[in-house]
Amino acid sequence: MTIADQVTGSTIAGTAGAKAVEAKSAGVKPRAAAPAISLPAIGERELRLDLFRGLALWLIFIDHLPPSLLTWFTIRNYGFSDATEIFIFISGYTAAFVYGRAMLESGIVIATARIMRRVWQIYVAHVFLFTIFLAEISYVATSFENPLYTEEMGIMDFLKQPDVTIVQALLLRFRPVNMDVLPLYIVLMLALPLILWSMKWKPDLTLGLSVALYAVTWEYDLYFSAYPNGFWAFNPLAWQLLFVFGAWCALGGARRMSRILASPVTMWISIAYIVAAFYVTLTWYVPQLSHLMPKRLEQWMYPIDKTDLDVLRFTHFLALAALTVRFLPRDWPGLKSPWLRPLILCGSHSLEIFCLGVFLAFAGHFILAEVSGGAVMHAVISLSGILIMWGVAWVISWYKRVADKSGAKTKIAVSNADMAGGG
Amino acid sequence: MKAKVLLSLILLCGSLAAPPARAGDAAPAAPAACELPSYLLTSESQLPKVADAVKAGKPLEILVIGSRSTTIPASEDASYPARMQAILKDKLPPSETVHVSVEIQSKKTAEEAAASFVKLMEAKAPTLVIWQTGTVDAIRAIDPDDFRGAVTEGVTVLQKAGADVVLMNLQYSPRTETMISVPPYLDNMRVVAQEHDIPLFDRFAIMRQWNDQGQFDLFSPSRGPELAKQVHDCLGRALAQFVIDAAHLEPAQQQN
Repeated sequence: MTIADQVTGSTIAGTAGAKAVEAKSAGVKPRAAAPAISLPAIGERELRLDLFRGLALWLIFIDHLPPSLLTWFTIRNYGFSDATEIFIFISGYTAAFVYGRAMLESGIVIATARIMRRVWQIYVAHVFLFTIFLAEISYVATSFENPLYTEEMGIMDFLKQPDVTIVQALLLRFRPVNMDVLPLYIVLMLALPLILWSMKWKPDLTLGLSVALYAVTWEYDLYFSAYPNGFWAFNPLAWQLLFVFGAWCALGGARRMSRILASPVTMWISIAYIVAAFYVTLTWYVPQLSHLMPKRLEQWMYPIDKTDLDVLRFTHFLALAALTVRFLPRDWPGLKSPWLRPLILCGSHSLEIFCLGVFLAFAGHFILAEVSGGAVMHAVISLSGILIMWGVAWVISWYKRVADKSGAKTKIAVSNADMAGGG
Repeated sequence: MKAKVLLSLILLCGSLAAPPARAGDAAPAAPAACELPSYLLTSESQLPKVADAVKAGKPLEILVIGSRSTTIPASEDASYPARMQAILKDKLPPSETVHVSVEIQSKKTAEEAAASFVKLMEAKAPTLVIWQTGTVDAIRAIDPDDFRGAVTEGVTVLQKAGADVVLMNLQYSPRTETMISVPPYLDNMRVVAQEHDIPLFDRFAIMRQWNDQGQFDLFSPSRGPELAKQVHDCLGRALAQFVIDAAHLEPAQQQN
């Protein structure tokens, strides 16, 4: 991370943010610099962010369903990183972009208050999902008694102590499978005021501190404990690196990196790395290939740790991002095409659609178990899930549009900002 | 990018659809439902002590250490260790004595189970230990690093006591997939097996294969023991074939 500091430390966060968005495409053809203190135009969204966040949401939904043919389309089968990395990075980017501007416009107190309101929304969403999980597990506990799986039914034991379990769930310490992303996100958002305040002061130092925290986490094995034992499946102390990196990019980092991103060396390193990662993942699924993997390399590489955001995963995400920024310019006309519209719509209401996705995955499981488990049914469930996500995103958009029209003009800025608020 | 994804998808589909070899020679009377692709029944790692014992005509003492998924409630004789013993007796020369004993450690994590290994090995002195573990750890969400440490330690004790070791991972349980996070435990068992160069019997992949191919409906809520008996029969056959393969018991030694 030794990038020539072209922007002085005193640059106002909002200004840097305005440039950052341009900068993503500026790598190829530099634009005229924006006026020094202008704010980003309201309503002008970075569609690529929405697009990829929408994609991440779809992939997370598919990954939460039992494996099927469609699962082969998710990126985790083609490299080390998966949709979670995309989701957290983009969340950091948009959160910094939106609340960074709020901090500039209204000061740190107001911005912090708005961030806390967002945290509360995410928390409520998490509790809602937990309730659905409880309903599902209670149902299975009472209706499923296949003697083949008497041991696995031990998972129901926690139902014997609802007093402890539910309190622990409210404290975010008891988190069932597939419900790990929101608690991570809550912790990251709680830290956001501090991150933004520090970024406003010295962006590179903040990123440096983030890297240091990541390194310390690995060195001393720091973690968040969970109930009944173990630790958080996504360690916030490690995953903050992606979030802070996203924020750093949003607040001018991307622009300063544009030279590096545009260089063919970066491109070829990225391509080589992605191909190598693809080959390694291929050996997981085609065990016949695994004898071609040197044992030494395997021993050094495995296990590739998702909990602590393994360096291999992080670099894989960086390589993917570098190629994406290079080959998909901001003004790519395809972004306006109706074919990508569903993805962009989903990406721009990410909190709602994320929760919906988790719920639909639960529901899909339920249908597969109760009705039939065939491949056709599986495909129908996956596709209708995605259609529902699209439909709901459309309804939310429509409602916001209508509500905005009837609302006061000054409100538009606020509600739009929340829409982009990295949920 | 798109083309690459598509290409790899085709490759993957091709390899998944690879002909189900081997099941035919697993046992002449193997039910069609037990069919598996050969890669699930082979291992690069070997079982030298089993090979020596059979070559020298010594009795083959096998100890299965497992949790509750190693048994079927109220139908011990139909569980996979019993089935494996029957198949091994069938396939090895008639002069070869095969004895399988089972040690169930229900509701114990890998660490808790491993603590009993020294005494257990003194009492039984087996040639081969098949250690089925991971389920209790996954249910209790034990730290995967701790789990790996415990499995490593257990394997070391078993090997020091002079036995060949086969690790067996978790069951594929689609009903509880949203409730139990299995992948970290599968990965860590794979790592330990690689580090110690011991065969890993991939029960998870095998059962998923059966479910995906429609041989068994593992979503079934049926309360009767029939499904469990059939699955354990197939697991026993697969495990016997796996042991024969990993010990490189020559076809001449098999009673085909």
